[in-house]
Amino acid sequence: MTDAKRDPDLLLSRLKQEESKNKRGRLKIFFGAVAGVGKTYSMLYSARKLQEQNIDVVIGYVETHGRQETAALMDGLEILPEKLVEYKGRELKEFDIDAALKRKPAVILVDELAHTNAPDSRHIKRWQDVQELLEAGIDVLTTLNVQHVESLHDVVAQITTVSVRERVPDSLLERADEIELVDLPPEELLERLREGRVYIAEQAKAAMANFFRKGNLIALRELALRYTAERVVAAMDEYRQAHDILHPWPAVERILVCISPSPLASRLVRAGKRMAEALRAKWTVLFVQGSRESAYSKNEKVSLTQTLRLAEQLGAETLELSGNNVPEEIIKCAQQSNVSKIIIGKPARHRWAEILFGSVVDSVIRLSGPIDVYVITGDENTSLPSRVREFNTTSAYSAYLRTIVVVAVCTCVAKLMLPYFEPSNIVMAYLLGVVIVATRYGRGPSILASVLSVAAFDFFCVPPYLNFAVSDTQYIITFLVMLLVALVISTLTVTIKQQAEEARLRELRTAALYSMSRDLSSTLDMKSLLEIGLRHIGDVFDSRTALYLVGTDGALAVASQGEGKRELHDPDIGIAAWVHQNKQLAGLNTDTLPGASALYLPLQGAQKNVGVLVVKPVQEDRFMSPEQVRLLETFANQLASACERALLSEDSAQAHLQVKTEQLRSSLLSSISHDLRTPLATIAGAASSIIEGTEALNLERCKEMVKEIYHESMRLNRLVSNLLDMTKLQSGTLQVVQELHPVDEVIGAALSSMEERLTSHVVKTQVPADPPCIIGDATLLQQVLLNLIENAIKYSPMGSEIDITAEWQNGMVLVTVGDRGPGIRNEHKAKIFEKFYREDTKTASGAGLGLAICNGIIEAHGGHIWVEDRPGGGANFKFTVPASETPNTRELEDPDPLERKNEV
Amino acid sequence: MKSENEPTILVIEDEVPIRRFLKVALTDHGYAFKEAQTGQEGIAKIASDRPDLVILDLGLPDLDGLEVTRQLREWSDVPVIILSARGHEKDKVEALDAGADDYLTKPFGVHELLARVRVALRHAAKLATRQEDPEYRFGNIRVDFGTRCVFVDEKEVGLTRIEYKLLLTLIKYAGKVVTQKHLLKEIWGEEYGEESNYLRVYMAHLRRKLEQDSAHPKYFITEAGVGYRLKVE
Repeated sequence: MTDAKRDPDLLLSRLKQEESKNKRGRLKIFFGAVAGVGKTYSMLYSARKLQEQNIDVVIGYVETHGRQETAALMDGLEILPEKLVEYKGRELKEFDIDAALKRKPAVILVDELAHTNAPDSRHIKRWQDVQELLEAGIDVLTTLNVQHVESLHDVVAQITTVSVRERVPDSLLERADEIELVDLPPEELLERLREGRVYIAEQAKAAMANFFRKGNLIALRELALRYTAERVVAAMDEYRQAHDILHPWPAVERILVCISPSPLASRLVRAGKRMAEALRAKWTVLFVQGSRESAYSKNEKVSLTQTLRLAEQLGAETLELSGNNVPEEIIKCAQQSNVSKIIIGKPARHRWAEILFGSVVDSVIRLSGPIDVYVITGDENTSLPSRVREFNTTSAYSAYLRTIVVVAVCTCVAKLMLPYFEPSNIVMAYLLGVVIVATRYGRGPSILASVLSVAAFDFFCVPPYLNFAVSDTQYIITFLVMLLVALVISTLTVTIKQQAEEARLRELRTAALYSMSRDLSSTLDMKSLLEIGLRHIGDVFDSRTALYLVGTDGALAVASQGEGKRELHDPDIGIAAWVHQNKQLAGLNTDTLPGASALYLPLQGAQKNVGVLVVKPVQEDRFMSPEQVRLLETFANQLASACERALLSEDSAQAHLQVKTEQLRSSLLSSISHDLRTPLATIAGAASSIIEGTEALNLERCKEMVKEIYHESMRLNRLVSNLLDMTKLQSGTLQVVQELHPVDEVIGAALSSMEERLTSHVVKTQVPADPPCIIGDATLLQQVLLNLIENAIKYSPMGSEIDITAEWQNGMVLVTVGDRGPGIRNEHKAKIFEKFYREDTKTASGAGLGLAICNGIIEAHGGHIWVEDRPGGGANFKFTVPASETPNTRELEDPDPLERKNEV
Repeated sequence: MKSENEPTILVIEDEVPIRRFLKVALTDHGYAFKEAQTGQEGIAKIASDRPDLVILDLGLPDLDGLEVTRQLREWSDVPVIILSARGHEKDKVEALDAGADDYLTKPFGVHELLARVRVALRHAAKLATRQEDPEYRFGNIRVDFGTRCVFVDEKEVGLTRIEYKLLLTLIKYAGKVVTQKHLLKEIWGEEYGEESNYLRVYMAHLRRKLEQDSAHPKYFITEAGVGYRLKVE
């Protein structure tokens, strides 16, 4: 089976690469052993060829080093202006990435891939600029020397004794679509140097004495050739994989590189990369925080972050664990992920320390079983920053001093106990002291306390007193056991305390995260989500915060800037846009724009980028620790998914509304076309029959038809009014004026406005002796009554009674309009208050809007409307609205009623 | 046959069909008809033709009907009846407070129109003659101005001072709509304040004392959102 032999992971990543390659620009690297082999020349030459094929080629940045042949080749090619950056009084020429992105050519030339940009540039390194160009879909031609390849850096440094700071991650080279080796035999290169064709005369001499020694050149050339050859092999394998070529694949190896916070760790990482490359293995870089290790200094944390980031750049997986026993954690991790090889650094400790405390390396080797362990030396010449604890030095002294005081106190107690207790019991007093020191001051002081205690015990409590000499040799055993017990106790105590502390911190973080996600889950409102998220992040990280969201137009806009002391006034939209586009961290303590005062994090939801979070710590070293940044990222992810959830629910609400509106519109159209056309047809018909009527059409018939016209036009008028009312209700522009209106006045106003139409029926009203006052809008409530009474007229037989009553009910006014019509069937009772609903579409006229309007108005008043069967036949339409007692007007009047002239 | 002293009515309205219909209705009922299409033209015609009554549309193309009323009231007391669509109660109240005499809501019937016209003309005539009646009667209600007594079916009803003032004001403008602001000014003077909240309550009291069924009044009509009208015809 071919499938079994294919590595699914590789296949998947190839597919992904293929996919992104289509959009990404192509990267071609002109690769050489050293400067002067003609990389720039070759690059320009191929650029000219491209130009001849009518391809849009632009020179982004080319360094000619004063070489005339090179400069001559640039003639006729479009050159982007360089960006001039002023740095420490000097003017530096830099590649202008913004201009390049704006120009957006098909192909761009950017020389010297490994170049370090001037401070305050967008990226620290030029290769990051190139990456961005590629992301933007621009093809890039560039040049690179072998010494700048990250994984080869150590080897090159060994050969040339020159350590290069400018390095390019291997992952970029691996993603290059083409690497062209520009080769020149060392003799010829030296010849060119002598002729001054590489560097100008004086520079050339110095270069030849140092870097350009023939031995160096041969070695570097070999390295470049080998590296390119490896690439060719890799490409061939890739091809085989892609095209189902049967080939015995070796079992995939896995390499685990164990690092410490030491700056030397980067060496281990590069070694791991080379081995992984050679074995075509996957590799993981692991850091285990031992609980026994005391807290790391700021420098160590920075170094650790950098090493881990380097590993990620070189294509490794990185992992951070913490545990009690470092070697065990390493082996556990190795076994879990099927690691076949472990790379670990040679310990830098002194031999005696290793004997005393054991060595991680030894333990790992002992525990490793079938796993190979490679121990790699640290470079002695590299300056190893000693583990100075800047913050602890002063406090450390006082800790040791206090330790001495504790031991002194113990000695006093022991002295007091001496006459009454056995010496073995007095030892307990000292052990107690050791425990106290261990819990309070940590490892160093507790060891000191152990040793001091033994010495003090010997000196003061063992005869002969005030002398270190011992009369009884069995005390030697007491001392030894005491020392041992004291050391064990102190170690255990310190360990427990640290574990407790770590657990506490972890607990704190988990609690903080939990409390944020709990608060976030409580709302779907975007505004309060942002408020909650920013408040939590601001509090936990002691920072000012701001947040950009992607608007409907796809552009970023400030959505929130924190509150109160957490307010961040001046986030940089430029950085935020970059972060949003590239989905990477930027700003403070990152590789991109580290000069910025705040950290910018992309808010990545499950489906898309939601926005950008800006966090500006109150103290700038706040984010030095990698776990802090990771924690912040976790918070950002939480917030992002909450935001995405809110956006999605907004979207779905919007979609729901649209469907509703659509339904409404179609039912409106069908209803309107019928209800508008019927009266119009009647009017037009009646009018035309009068106009075209013969003499035979008598006045009586004429009047009849005109009456018909009048009624139909009134009907049209009502329909139009209802439509307008509905529109007002629908658009939410309806404003309820809250005023007190005596209920009898509201009923009366409705009745008097339709006096003419009431003649066919008997209207009876009934209100309490002291009628309550409705709280609401008289015009709107009159409209409700009008619609209800009109319905009653429409459906009740001529001459029947229409009863209108008002009464108190639970602090509201209950108004009932009763008719003697056919009543409403149960299944229709709830639905008749919906828009365009008619009980019987065939017989009833009207658009089915009247009751829907009533419902809308009553609901806007905070009341309720419904229909009941009327005892004795018909329907009782009822509604409630808020009400109050009629206000007392007595105090505005004189106590006596109107004085009368005839009584005076 | 038109007599010389038939009242002249000027209609200021931009819609041709409405002008045409008003012309038929008014001339048919013995009024002389004049028309104007715009506010400016209307004001000019009021000055030159001296009509007895003006029917004014609130929505004119050039000048707002409200503006026409305001300008007009600076130099003329001619009765003005405004025409406006339903749902524009605020505009109506503004025009009434600016000096318009009454209003009609489109669409309206001829019956309604003629009633308003009659009331407005009668009121103007009464102001001109300034004749004082000793008593006023409407329906089963009689008000004796001399003794300040009010009778329903010749049975005396006790009114408070404010209720009586309210009644007097409505009688003064009988048949015409009176806005809330207008009533407040008449009863408490220019410096009315909190009383505005109680006006509806006084009105309700008055109605309960004088009407047979306060929830189905015959005389004290509420025009929702605009004001009150004492219906006497």
